[in-house]
Amino acid sequence: MARTEKKKDVVLVGFGWTGAIMGIELANEGLEVLALERGHDQATVPDFQYPNMIDELKYGIRYGMMEKPANTTVTIRRSLDEEALPYRSLGTFLLGTGVGGAGTHWNGLNWRPMQSEYRLKSYVTEKFGADVMTEDMTIQDYPMTYEELEPHFDRFEKVAGISGTAGNINGKIVEGGNPFEAPRSDEYPMPAMPSTWDGVKFRDAAKAAGYHPFPSPGGIASKDYKNEYNMQMGPCNHCGFCERYGCYNYSKSSPQTAIIDALKRKKNFEYRVNSEVLRVEKAADGKTVTGVTYFDHKTGEEVFQPADLVILTAFALNNVHLMLVSGIGQPYDPNTNEGVVGRNYAYQITGGYTLFFKDENFNPFIGTGANGFCIDDFGIDNIDFAKEGFVGGAYWRAGQTNGQPGHTMPLPAGTPSWGAGWKKGIGEWYGHAMNIGAHGSVMSYRGHYLDLDPTYKDRHGRPMLRMTYNWHPNEIRQTQFMKQKMEPVAKSMNPTTLQEGFKKEGAMFDVRPYQTTHNTGGTVTGDDPKTSVLNRYLQSWDCHNLFVMGANTFPQNTQYNPTGMVGGLAYWAVNAIRKDYLPNPRPLV
Amino acid sequence: MRDIPGLPSRRGFLKASAATAAIAGIAVPAKAEQKPEPVALTEYQPDCLKPSEWVFVMAAVARLIPSDGDGPGAIETRVPVFIDKQLAGDYGKASDWYMVGPYEPAASPLRGWQTPLAPLEIYQQAIPLFDEWCKTTHGKIFAELDAETQDKALTSLQKDEMKIKPELREFFGILLANTKEGYFSDPMYGGNHGMAAWKYIGFPGARGSYKEWVGKHNVKYPLGPVSISGERG
Repeated sequence: MARTEKKKDVVLVGFGWTGAIMGIELANEGLEVLALERGHDQATVPDFQYPNMIDELKYGIRYGMMEKPANTTVTIRRSLDEEALPYRSLGTFLLGTGVGGAGTHWNGLNWRPMQSEYRLKSYVTEKFGADVMTEDMTIQDYPMTYEELEPHFDRFEKVAGISGTAGNINGKIVEGGNPFEAPRSDEYPMPAMPSTWDGVKFRDAAKAAGYHPFPSPGGIASKDYKNEYNMQMGPCNHCGFCERYGCYNYSKSSPQTAIIDALKRKKNFEYRVNSEVLRVEKAADGKTVTGVTYFDHKTGEEVFQPADLVILTAFALNNVHLMLVSGIGQPYDPNTNEGVVGRNYAYQITGGYTLFFKDENFNPFIGTGANGFCIDDFGIDNIDFAKEGFVGGAYWRAGQTNGQPGHTMPLPAGTPSWGAGWKKGIGEWYGHAMNIGAHGSVMSYRGHYLDLDPTYKDRHGRPMLRMTYNWHPNEIRQTQFMKQKMEPVAKSMNPTTLQEGFKKEGAMFDVRPYQTTHNTGGTVTGDDPKTSVLNRYLQSWDCHNLFVMGANTFPQNTQYNPTGMVGGLAYWAVNAIRKDYLPNPRPLV
Repeated sequence: MRDIPGLPSRRGFLKASAATAAIAGIAVPAKAEQKPEPVALTEYQPDCLKPSEWVFVMAAVARLIPSDGDGPGAIETRVPVFIDKQLAGDYGKASDWYMVGPYEPAASPLRGWQTPLAPLEIYQQAIPLFDEWCKTTHGKIFAELDAETQDKALTSLQKDEMKIKPELREFFGILLANTKEGYFSDPMYGGNHGMAAWKYIGFPGARGSYKEWVGKHNVKYPLGPVSISGERG
């Protein structure tokens, strides 16, 4: 050990959304707070500024904002008897790095899960019988209720600056919003963003089919806005560079835009970049943690950072990895179905229709990450699982996010991939295509989990995180159901031609094309230490001064983009830390 | 900067949207001079490709995005320069990727990049093998074949009819991907010369400001592209 730093009250591991939330809330309590960020520092100016940020090759194709697999990656296998191989170059998910983390390069889609999702196992069992769950399904209830979380969702939405149209305020259905959403206590902080032509066409077709379209809720400012920390957003100009990019316009919700500049002004807050936490250190009795050991990339040495309270606020996969390499909690074993750390890893299943209209202009470069209209008629609350033969649901959305031609060039099936036919195809079809997507839940299963790889090591000599995941028949049935329901809606729009992209029976997990970065589970929250790593306050069952944030706390994945839930849970947990834990540090359950 | 008639100028818009003090610091690209014509491809000195590799890349991209028909080809847009520069840099060396063994290059393609070779090494090793295959199968190296036979040979490569070794399996995939990247990327990377590919399909490049256009449904956007360095097309 080369160096020991001065003790802090709180150390945060990772400085993205949850690190920023914990940082400002605990600094406001007067605590000495330190955030350790493995990546570089970055701010809107100069790092995201126009025009250099809107460079498709650098950021959209070479993934300039992402963690380099050379530095950190995982190994992946599709079954227990397959050999895991490293995820060497980026494809199916994109893991961010640096200050702001994934909160800088996301699309901004922001949701609260549906009401049944907080008590999914009970809901399914009570309503449809336990038989609708497959034998290997390991879904479980959240240990807190939606009603308990509601104020914290509301707060996160107001901090992040979410635009949208409420559909249910305190039980009263509001025309134009999502009538199926869980009741909210207040409006969205900003009105919904206007939609491009593709979203409007879908809205009209969905309405004509008897469904209930509403504007996509997202962290994209529809007007000027100031949040409780006096952080300001400016109205979005629909530049079409959200996902994979930092926002140059102070319009996309991010830790930078919503929290960090306010946090940096606090004298009792410090953050250190290029400081990669290697493990959490346990006390001799194993009942508490003493701090973290990190690698200081500037000096090339290991540093012990003592702290009274450690909060893991890194990306989901990294939080799970840290728990495993630190030996906190029993690793999950799928053979015995015992242990908890790494259990209930889940992902997201997506599919959709691409519609081509020869004579219509979509101007696909006009977009935002949360553009367009959605329906929730096939959400998890609205499906008869006994009848349809699966557990899950999806929201649908049409709304172009970008027209960057290097990675967004839908062409009708049968168009050659090169040569004269390809060149003709891009001339004919660029700007004349739109997409309707289904964004579906993924349940958790006995065979889908995270553990330490027996072969591959990271650059610090730690075993890599190993992911065991494949598409499960339950999700294939769900996504095929969505296809069957979406086809008539797509056809009713009378496109010149259309094509579907839904996973079919036997589909194997393919790591090459981008799918989603919604990696969930691995340190789930629950009421039973035998099936969860964290109690209802996201506090470690094993070490009471260790809390863990992130989508890794989800018992199974919801049908939505995870950030709204991650933010809501962070405010819920920090509220408990402030009001209950700090006055009397102890296991809260 | 050209403005849309009847709408606020981009500069005006930026001023109007400066809800925060710092946004005013965002640079608007200066009125750019059109750049002088760069060196002819035949006289270009590659950064990393050897002469035989350059000849192959020139010939291959000319078939992957041919010059005849509507829209520019890979040659006019200087895609070979882009490919040479990319292969000479971090991408060509796979600097960002996890390149530590053990390797399983014959694993299912669904499992991603599993060869021990970086992209530049794949070009370097695959080009002579493919040229040799073209000679055996069609009588001449790739660059010397007529266009129709070149298309046939590329199709064979794409379908892996030559049974290339698994370490080089990604060759056609990266050749095609790099060709399209060079066609569509900002001109500062060497390809998409004159933003010709953007003009052809109607992508406005780095304009990045469309607030007034969101509600103009089903109306074709009228302005040509701008590049990151301020070229206007």
